[in-house]
Amino acid sequence: MSIASKAASVTFDAVTKAFGPVVAVDQVSFRVGAGSLVTLLGPSGCGKTTTLRMIAGLEMATEGRILIGDQDVTSLPATDRDVSMVFQSYALFPHMTVIENVSYGLRVSGLPKSAASEQAHDGLALVGLKGYGDRLPSELSGGQQQRVAVARALVLEPQVLLFDEPLSNLDAKLRRRVREEIRDIQQNLGLTSVYVTHDQEEALAVSDRIIVMNNARIAQEGSPRELYEEPADLFVADFIGDANLVDAEILSVEDAVASVLIGDLELSLPSRGLSKGPARVAIRPQAISLSESATGGGMQGIVRKSSYLGSHIEYTIETAIGELFVIDGRVAQAIAQDSDVSVELSQQGVTLVRSTESAL
Amino acid sequence: MNRTVALWLAVGWLGYAILPWYAIEDGFWIFEWLLDGYPLDSDYAPGILQAFVDDKIWLAPISLFLLLPLGLFGRAKNDPLFANLLLISGVGGLAYVGLQGFSIGISGWEYATLEALFGALGQRQFGLGYGALLTCAAFLFFLTQGIAARGAINGDVFVVGSIGLVIALVGIFILFPVIQILLSALKDEAGLYAPNVFLSKLFDKKIWGLGCLGSNVSCGAAWNSLFLAVTVGAGTTTLGLAFALVVTRTGFRAKKLLRALTVLPIITPPFVIGLAIILLFGRSGSVTQFASDLFDIPAGRWIYGFPGVWFAQMLAFTPIAFLVLIGVVEGVSPSMEEAAQTLRANRWKTFTSISLPLMRPGLANAFLLGFIESMADFGNPLVLGGNFDVLSTEIFFAIVGAQNDQGRAAVLAIVLLGFTLSAFYAQRRWLGKKSYTTVTGKGDSGTHPYLPKRLSWLVYGTAVPWALLTIVIYAMIVFGGFVETWGRDHSLTLRHYISAFSVSSGEDGLLWTGSAWNSFGTTMVIAGVSAPLTAAIGLVTAYLLVRQRFAGKNAFEFGTMLSFAIPGTVIGVSYVLAFNIPPIELTGTGVILVICFIFRNMPVGVRAGIASMSQLDKSLDEASLTLGATSFMTVRKVILPLLRPAIVAALVYSFVRAITAISAVIFLVSANYDMATSYIIGRVENNDYGLAIAYSSVLILVMLAAISLVQLAVGERRIRRRSETGDGAMPTAGSTAA
Repeated sequence: MSIASKAASVTFDAVTKAFGPVVAVDQVSFRVGAGSLVTLLGPSGCGKTTTLRMIAGLEMATEGRILIGDQDVTSLPATDRDVSMVFQSYALFPHMTVIENVSYGLRVSGLPKSAASEQAHDGLALVGLKGYGDRLPSELSGGQQQRVAVARALVLEPQVLLFDEPLSNLDAKLRRRVREEIRDIQQNLGLTSVYVTHDQEEALAVSDRIIVMNNARIAQEGSPRELYEEPADLFVADFIGDANLVDAEILSVEDAVASVLIGDLELSLPSRGLSKGPARVAIRPQAISLSESATGGGMQGIVRKSSYLGSHIEYTIETAIGELFVIDGRVAQAIAQDSDVSVELSQQGVTLVRSTESAL
Repeated sequence: MNRTVALWLAVGWLGYAILPWYAIEDGFWIFEWLLDGYPLDSDYAPGILQAFVDDKIWLAPISLFLLLPLGLFGRAKNDPLFANLLLISGVGGLAYVGLQGFSIGISGWEYATLEALFGALGQRQFGLGYGALLTCAAFLFFLTQGIAARGAINGDVFVVGSIGLVIALVGIFILFPVIQILLSALKDEAGLYAPNVFLSKLFDKKIWGLGCLGSNVSCGAAWNSLFLAVTVGAGTTTLGLAFALVVTRTGFRAKKLLRALTVLPIITPPFVIGLAIILLFGRSGSVTQFASDLFDIPAGRWIYGFPGVWFAQMLAFTPIAFLVLIGVVEGVSPSMEEAAQTLRANRWKTFTSISLPLMRPGLANAFLLGFIESMADFGNPLVLGGNFDVLSTEIFFAIVGAQNDQGRAAVLAIVLLGFTLSAFYAQRRWLGKKSYTTVTGKGDSGTHPYLPKRLSWLVYGTAVPWALLTIVIYAMIVFGGFVETWGRDHSLTLRHYISAFSVSSGEDGLLWTGSAWNSFGTTMVIAGVSAPLTAAIGLVTAYLLVRQRFAGKNAFEFGTMLSFAIPGTVIGVSYVLAFNIPPIELTGTGVILVICFIFRNMPVGVRAGIASMSQLDKSLDEASLTLGATSFMTVRKVILPLLRPAIVAALVYSFVRAITAISAVIFLVSANYDMATSYIIGRVENNDYGLAIAYSSVLILVMLAAISLVQLAVGERRIRRRSETGDGAMPTAGSTAA
């Protein structure tokens, strides 16, 4: 395979982007290590796409510095940056064949036609589209178009490869397959990639690290596991995976282990720097176990809703600490609506979180 | 040194040191000057030699500005000196060339103060020529590259250069003439500033008189124009809406025919409908004769005046209103109407409470378009006006008539410009405030409901007779060219065609003996040259407006659309005033006609470009940019190929408009460069209707052929809803910004 990688790191140093009075990205700093895949995750309007476009050079930073490798590219336009991008809409040129699309970047950077075409064929082979070169984009399926877009970005051997919600136009099954392919190619070639998505499951699946953004700032940065198990605040806890956010009381803290009272249940949780007093906890829906009848020492609750989803059942339980959303894998023993249940919490999946003003 | 800078430096020196600096009277492109004393003859010498052979030492300093960019050798683009040198050279060069051009004219110093300061000047200078043009272009692009080097628009040389070019062109060929007209209105006969004369001319009874209300005197031209424009605007909007409703919301069979009728006025020279009306309703017109034979109604001249002009303009401009309204009527999202129906509104209620309010911006647009077109119309009032004076014809008679009063023409032009600009401004204000957009870019399913019964009969009753009338009128036009003398002698003849387009074989091969060949040839050449230029500048402007963000973009857009609101007669007068004397001396040339067409028709190219460019997903450009292409390459390889239909539309439209234009042209034609329309008007004024009509029919056929050829080559434009089959060929905008 003649497609190699020139992976370089990406560094944001206190970068701000304002559109008139609206600040889209506010004093954001992070570093994407060479060869790693980092996801920018967040709700729409959080500034993640603007951040990506600033790496590409499609938007210019209002303040701060952007480095690719050791080079300061802050004022460099897109044309002059060694970065390529896969667009949400694919942005395949509809008047060019697949091979013309893939070799476009090579041709405009001055490579002779034969060499460009050869490299483009390698690129197509890499994404599994050998022999599709003479088709027009309109003659391909959505997944194939997506892969052409990836090949087109890959063949330039960019220092950084950017993905702007690349899977959002695909159906659910295809989405899973293409994201695995993208991850494989990225790891095999050792590419530095920045990936934007609003789908937390997608982010957890493909990323080395995830940067969660909210209101133009970084809410938390970390590995998928860190984000899920130790969310920095209520926003992250709620955004990564589902979480029931409930009030709790820290009774005492000893050796970084807090004894926490949730309703009438008492749990020992990592204190995460919090001290005695009122607090909030995030409870994952899987961490709640239900048992019919009022046996066991759990909290009392009533089943208000239940939805059968094949692989699991989703319940809404009314309890003293509020409504709880519960995912239960025991499909065979469904609990009928309006039954009384006893609610228990497993240690794993309950986290103390700092509350922020951005909490929902 | 940067390649682009080097290129423009070479161009600059080519203009300054090699090509003739001044305009050449017999024309540059016949190259007679090469054999006639070039380079030392003072008429043909390049700028650098003018300083020596003709003591025009004031041309020497230009070389300094052209030497400055040499200082860029070995300097990096981000060196502050790089940008500053270019800026100094560009601004300085342009300012200096402009200053000397305006200060020294055909009789030495232009201003008495300068003469007092420096003493009398022996030399005189003429209009700037191709040498000066290239030099100025070089300075302009030094300036824009300097601005780009300072980081504007991401340092994109191509984009900044394009913006600079468009601004310069609009400034010279739209703003400068308009300013000239304002200034000349303030001057008296002797050329001195005389505000009193201006005021007395401005409030002249002939413009603002209201005599017609009380007594039998005719009203002032301004009131006449205003009244005509309002009634025509209202009439065309009503009829256009009726047509649009028939086509979209009834089961009417001959929809295609209705649509075809709308092409006709675009390819009809503006006064032809007036002519046909004379042939039908004039004193010796068919209908008049018929009525007087049958009912003993005395043949009168009632058609000359307001009724005739109104009637002709209604026929001419209704299709324009239709074209505006069909888009709006189709654009009302069917799902909104369907929503209303599921909410238990009946058809009538749905129409009055949902469809009609959503069409309001379209109605306003159509009205104002009709208003502006009627104000600016020149051909029909000239042919049919009689004693009904309107501003556009008054301007013409002020300049060519016995009065020969440029100041009065300028004052009238200002009044006319005031009306159209107010309308233009009102339209922008009105549309700017409210958003009725229902086209979301997402595929809309559903169909429009049919009109309520009663309404549909009303609509039929209006549209169908009108369509029939249009057909009759055009039949008249074709027929009129083949009869001896309309109204008196209806024997068939080819006499008019022969006298206009005869070809005989003489000793030297074919001889174009017909009287129309000269103007016909000129028209084709001028239209052919101006069409691609119009399309090019229109599309570049559209690209800048749709795809780029820069400071002052709104003013930029207003400037480029301004010529749309300036009536042709005003453009004509202002060009005569602005380009009759150095430094830009263009009257009597073919170039001024080409330029006039470019800037008259540019808004259409811009609109066509904007419309189709907005349909191209912006990520296509961005993909190209991130793949390493420059913005110039992106335009060339991605945008232009995808814009082919828009390019063709702009080409055809500007070609056709150049053939049918009359209002501005009539001031700018000369013996050497006569245009078809002004020739025809001349025939009409001599009561030679037969030849005028024969010539017009030929023009219509030529344009029809051109349009059909293009239609064939490009294929029919598909309508939005039917073309959205969900393929990936044209990703539409609508990405979720995160």
